[in-house]
Amino acid sequence: MLTIATGNKAVADAVKAAKPGVIAAYPITPQTEIVEQIAEYVTAGDLESRYVPVESEHSAMAACIGASVAGVRTFTATSSHGLLYMHEMVHWAAGARLPIVMANVNRALGPGWNTWAEHTDAFSQRDTGWLQVFVGTVQEAYDATLMAFKIAEDERVLLPMMVNLDGFALSHITQSLDTVEIGDFLPPYHLPHAIDTENPCGYGPMTGPADYFRFRWDIERSMRDARGVIAEVEREFAERFGRSYGPTEDYRCEDADVIVVAMGTLGKEAEVAIDRLRDEGIKAGSMRLRWFRPFPDLDLAGRDVVVIDRDYSFGFGGVVAHAIRSKTGIEPYSVIAGLGGQEVTYNDIADFVRNRRPGTETWFGVSDHV
Amino acid sequence: MTNIVERSVTNLSAIPKEEYLYKCTSACAGCSSSLCLRYVLKAAGPDTVLVVPACCTSVIQGIYPGTAMNVPVYNVAFAAAAACASGMSEAFSAMGRETNVIAYAGDGGTVDIGIQALSGAFERGTNFLYICYDNEAYGNTGMQRSGSTPLGARTTTTPGGKPTAKKDLDRIIAAHNPPYMATACSAYPLDLYKKVKKALSIEGPKFIHILAPCPPGWRYPTEKTVEMGKLAVKTGTWILYEREFGKLSISGPSRAAMKRPAPLEDYIRGQGRFKNLDPATLDLMRQQVRQNIERIAREEEGVC
Amino acid sequence: MYEIRIHSRGGQGGVTAAKLLALAAFRDGKHATACPFYGAERRGAPVVSFVRIDDEPIKVYSQIHEPDLVIVLDTSIMDVVDVLDGLRADGEVLLNSAHPLPGCNGTCRYVDLTGIALAENLVIAGSPILNTPVLGALAKMGVVTLPSAEQAIREMFTDERNVKAARAAYEELKV
Repeated sequence: MLTIATGNKAVADAVKAAKPGVIAAYPITPQTEIVEQIAEYVTAGDLESRYVPVESEHSAMAACIGASVAGVRTFTATSSHGLLYMHEMVHWAAGARLPIVMANVNRALGPGWNTWAEHTDAFSQRDTGWLQVFVGTVQEAYDATLMAFKIAEDERVLLPMMVNLDGFALSHITQSLDTVEIGDFLPPYHLPHAIDTENPCGYGPMTGPADYFRFRWDIERSMRDARGVIAEVEREFAERFGRSYGPTEDYRCEDADVIVVAMGTLGKEAEVAIDRLRDEGIKAGSMRLRWFRPFPDLDLAGRDVVVIDRDYSFGFGGVVAHAIRSKTGIEPYSVIAGLGGQEVTYNDIADFVRNRRPGTETWFGVSDHV
Repeated sequence: MTNIVERSVTNLSAIPKEEYLYKCTSACAGCSSSLCLRYVLKAAGPDTVLVVPACCTSVIQGIYPGTAMNVPVYNVAFAAAAACASGMSEAFSAMGRETNVIAYAGDGGTVDIGIQALSGAFERGTNFLYICYDNEAYGNTGMQRSGSTPLGARTTTTPGGKPTAKKDLDRIIAAHNPPYMATACSAYPLDLYKKVKKALSIEGPKFIHILAPCPPGWRYPTEKTVEMGKLAVKTGTWILYEREFGKLSISGPSRAAMKRPAPLEDYIRGQGRFKNLDPATLDLMRQQVRQNIERIAREEEGVC
Repeated sequence: MYEIRIHSRGGQGGVTAAKLLALAAFRDGKHATACPFYGAERRGAPVVSFVRIDDEPIKVYSQIHEPDLVIVLDTSIMDVVDVLDGLRADGEVLLNSAHPLPGCNGTCRYVDLTGIALAENLVIAGSPILNTPVLGALAKMGVVTLPSAEQAIREMFTDERNVKAARAAYEELKV
């Protein structure tokens, strides 16, 4: 059905279609509307899920872990400090091979208190073993959330998945949304290692180095297999519902001399900048990085690359710039912009391209070419 | 769930012979908490899942791929037992299964790091049984003080004796008005068995607080582990009772002890952790025992 | 692309007005986005919302700095906020006011949305509802069509007085 919705509403609608058995969540700005909407669906009987109103995010993830291993589909949503507060259990969920789906509404971290968009929260969970996708539109928030259940629950993956959407910029913007009848797109939840009291097992007991190490390799092997599963699921989604996605969204890249790499809403805004630059005769393109884990292979050879990081790893550099550098060998022009919801317009992005100096880093509006 | 008739067990021989905790545990010699777990599982039966946060039971069950447990055991992070059990209980209920969900946690994981999740799970009315086996310190990491360590006890982080009193966990739980809560002690397995049976027959959040003496932590000879539990009860230091839908009833062994408690020294003397206790602290401990006895007695009489 | 900036106070319905406007434009077959700008403000503080309408999909997420239309739901804001900031040379202004305001001339229109809401007894928690009548005024200005404005209101609200109020504003606004 074609309507309009906010990014938060789109996520809630996708969850409603996916019908998790248990949803456990704790409110935090700017994610709260997701859990409010879900609570409304559950109360109205539109969604037959158990909604567990936990007392913290740590408990939200712990409850999802308990429910997931008991044998039902699970979902939670959080943001910023909430994500960091559950960090221990975020690791646990992946280590326990539980296909929990979580929406994370990207938000800056205090102090000072700041509820606007930033990607540092998600990147702080980089090494947990979660799949991470970043979306750029309300429609994509819906589609990616639906696909997340299918990808995570695939027996070749069995890892949790995080759907990231920019706080306020996407969570609160109203755009068009086409909701779908999912039919049998999502198979019934099946966890091979679900708890079975007739076949009792120990889950996560003391484990020696040899077994522990092998389990970690199993996670990485599944993360590698996930690339193929993601492609499969995205292809099936396109066939069924007519919208296709990939590891990146490339815009006018074919003949580009310079490519802007950005994530989330800045990645969409960059497309407007590309049109302006093309009008000026600058052969620019943009590549919106959708998948962060597993990190995709990128074709950037022979081009200048401008990376916009809405994050920072202090004492090192922009997280995405570093990923591009290590994956492609290209020395990008690294722009740190949009932290704490800093306003970044398509004009600004066009300026980043015009003024690019590969090999240097610029803190937009604060410190140039450092 | 068990019905009322099935819970009426009057002697140890009536307790099922089935074992869910095998003899191959990695427990310390004289470990009373593993003894408790054995009876807890006998009472709960095979359709039970144990949720275990970081505690001695994480180790007692054995090292992967071996296990001493004959029920599914879900090991989870230190602060997360009650929350994990919440999700599990909701999931089983959503699937129409009546599997018992029992969180089995030490005192550190209950009164300290796990208390927020515990409080949340009880406030939400989660259908599960939370058991805290209390050896009054972080035993698994080598006996550091916890909020449950009693006044005067020496631990590795209170080498001069703990200057403050034991946190009154039971009154915190009582403030959540659960349908069932009880205390128990490893030295009284039949009492424990019956309480677990009764707890599991009731819908909602249930709580059992077990005093579990610990030979290496309390510094007494391993063969004294049952005797130490009995002394805790006989001196009135540990009172056995249950509170069903708010109504308190004192359990048999404590009924006599409360009328004429044995001298506190009988309990303290045999424990290295109370060595060189100064007279003022001992006096304070006596006062606390007396006040506790009076409070519980008054509550049973309906005076408070 | 047609860009609209809505000034209001927290609790006056500016955010919902933006959503309604986007929905009406969407029902007109256009692409539209509505985006509130959230500060740390609470009820009563000046807030701003942005609406973009275009024939093409809209990829811009940043704030509107050069609006084609500025809507002021509470003119007392004009004492503390420069509502005309960045307004395009050919831009328009719509005020919730019973009278023209000094210094606001040319393409500045006004309509008494508060009076219309009160006449229909459209009041929530003591505040007149402005977000539905304003849609009628915008229809009169040609930003959206009147049928789409009415449809959008009916999709979001069940109380038919909202549609009546929008029609009243449509009638009252002079263009």
